Amino acid sequence: MKEYVCIICPRGCHLAVDEENDYAVTGNGCLRGAAYGREEAMHPTRIVTSSVRVRSRIHPRCPVKTDKAIAKSDIMKAMLLLDDVELSPPVRRGDVVIASLFGGEANFIATRDIDE
Amino acid sequence: MHDEYELIVIGGGPAGLGAALSAREHGLERILVVERDVQLGGILNQCIHNGFGLHYFGEELTGPEYAARLIDRLNGQAIDVLCDAMVLEIIPGENGHTLRLMSADCGYRTVGSQAIILAMGCRERTRGAIQIPGTRAAGIFTAGTAQRYVNIEGYMVGRRIIILGSGDIGLIMARRMVLEGATVVACVEIMPYPGGLTRNIVQCLQDFDIPLYLSHTITRIEGKQRVEKVIVQEVDDRFHPIDGTDIAFDVDTVLLSVGLIPENELSRAAGVEIDSKTSGPIVYENGETSVPGIFACGNVLHVHDLVDFVTTESEGAGKAAAEYVLRRIDVLEKRIYEKVSHDDVNLQSPSYDDPQKVACEAEHARASHDDVERSALIDDLSKKLVQGRSYCLSIVRDETISYTVPQRIRVQRVDKQVSVFFRVKNPQKMPKCIVFRDGERIVASFRRPYMMPGEMERVTLTREQLDDVCGNELLISVEEIR
Ligand SMILES: Cc1cc2nc3c(=O)[nH]c(=O)nc-3n(C[C@H](O)[C@H](O)[C@H](O)COP(=O)(O)OP(=O)(O)OC[C@H]3O[C@@H](n4cnc5c(N)ncnc54)[C@H](O)[C@@H]3O)c2cc1C
Ligand code: SF4
Repeated sequence: MKEYVCIICPRGCHLAVDEENDYAVTGNGCLRGAAYGREEAMHPTRIVTSSVRVRSRIHPRCPVKTDKAIAKSDIMKAMLLLDDVELSPPVRRGDVVIASLFGGEANFIATRDIDE
Repeated sequence: MHDEYELIVIGGGPAGLGAALSAREHGLERILVVERDVQLGGILNQCIHNGFGLHYFGEELTGPEYAARLIDRLNGQAIDVLCDAMVLEIIPGENGHTLRLMSADCGYRTVGSQAIILAMGCRERTRGAIQIPGTRAAGIFTAGTAQRYVNIEGYMVGRRIIILGSGDIGLIMARRMVLEGATVVACVEIMPYPGGLTRNIVQCLQDFDIPLYLSHTITRIEGKQRVEKVIVQEVDDRFHPIDGTDIAFDVDTVLLSVGLIPENELSRAAGVEIDSKTSGPIVYENGETSVPGIFACGNVLHVHDLVDFVTTESEGAGKAAAEYVLRRIDVLEKRIYEKVSHDDVNLQSPSYDDPQKVACEAEHARASHDDVERSALIDDLSKKLVQGRSYCLSIVRDETISYTVPQRIRVQRVDKQVSVFFRVKNPQKMPKCIVFRDGERIVASFRRPYMMPGEMERVTLTREQLDDVCGNELLISVEEIR
């Protein structure tokens, strides 16, 4: 039995994952928690959020996030990729900033609109 | 911008935006939102991490995304917005309130408004507020200031960092600094349990192997120009440092995450009654403060850890402000107030009038053109209502609860139900029950598997349960499940 705190939402349910029993999850407040508990026990992933340079009149930084969770072990590698990025306005939230991280399905996308 | 509004919302964070949108939806036509920053969104703009909106939008958003959703909605509405403008003073009046503000665009202005919603958020406690001895070296920041520097202005604040306090902002910043290449040597918390959400302990500290020292505090900061070293000591159960437990950390930066204080200078000066426990206004069930027509929601009212709850709360305040302006009930209620304070009425009787009938009679009274007759009708109605039942319930708490919001409930104002927010004073590990009692009787109870002071709890009391209360106090406490 492994114990985790669900981090999908701020409620922070205390999960118990039973590896002997097909990774059955208990203690979850909703279905997303069950999926999280199973994943966390098998191969943990995280959404990564950060910011990149932008040539804006108002803000020098544009916030970004991965649109899918990436392997926990890839987080620092992913961060390094952001160092070389510089965006130019207009930026729309959802714009892809770096596509297909490590050849996978996750992209870094912008999380705010920057008009000028 | 006009000289007169039906509603002015002070603060353009999620609370202000939610309140303005809801007031518009409930029929107000002249609404102004005043925001001190150059843009709307409040603290969410710097909270670039995700974890917002799962309850309200049903998906996980970052702070800027959550703000953008509200701002998009606002842009589609006839709501005036004044950014880069600061409200300086609220002058309450019998027939509407006056605001003085200073704006980059229009300079010093005086604006009138029938209702006001306070949505100014909160600010961070600083080193001064907790008095750490040592030198006045550079490199000491509140975590939120550091967050703004890094995420919005694009400056790195340090290389070797220690964090004092395990509140959410501190935890989020611990991870952020590591991601940006700094080393976070420790997070130090004076209490025996963490202050922030459990999920943040997991994904911000444990994920990056940052040690958390509970029951420890920083007792000295050293350094000439810049911070060079801090001394951390264990504390006893009365928070006194224990001799011989010193640990020295070589760091260039100290981030303080030692709590937030609702920003209520404006409210205080306007005569709004403040709760010493929340540092926010004392409010009724609909978010109205002790000054009629002034409402409060969001972090200015009490510190929230979930923006979703801020949005729900502010929608309630927006609706209430709209009702107030549209004169549905307040004239009548004011009279009742006067009655309650002047007459020695029996507040204990359990029966009361049918609210539909009351509303109808109130309408009739208000429609009367003859002043004397109207006055008589309202008096009559007030008496009936007041004699019918206790007019206002106070929520009182025992030592298990640190505060509740609202603090007072006008039962006949409650439509179907009212949410009560509160925090427990100490961690409650085993399954417990939240109980509302009047005297010996249990009015309502709610089971919980565990409760933490860092996590705000919410329970919903129904109108039926409230109607059932005898007397004018409702006690809330946490009890063992029997
Ligand atoms: C670092 C941090 C991390 C968080 N993480 C999460 C999370 O992961 N998930 C989650 O759900 N919630 C989170 N929260 C909580 C949530 O963001 C807040 O509860 C919410 O933003 C509070 O909204 P508000 O509108 O009351 O205050 P604010 O967002 O602070 O807005 C208040 C606004 O009022 C303006 N103002 C103040 N005084 C005046 C004046 N006199 N005149 C004009 N304007 C004025 C200010 O400029 C500000 O823009 C976090 C909060 C912080 C600080
Ligand atoms: S199990 Fe569901 S409700 Fe509980 S923390 Fe996870 S996502 Fe939130």
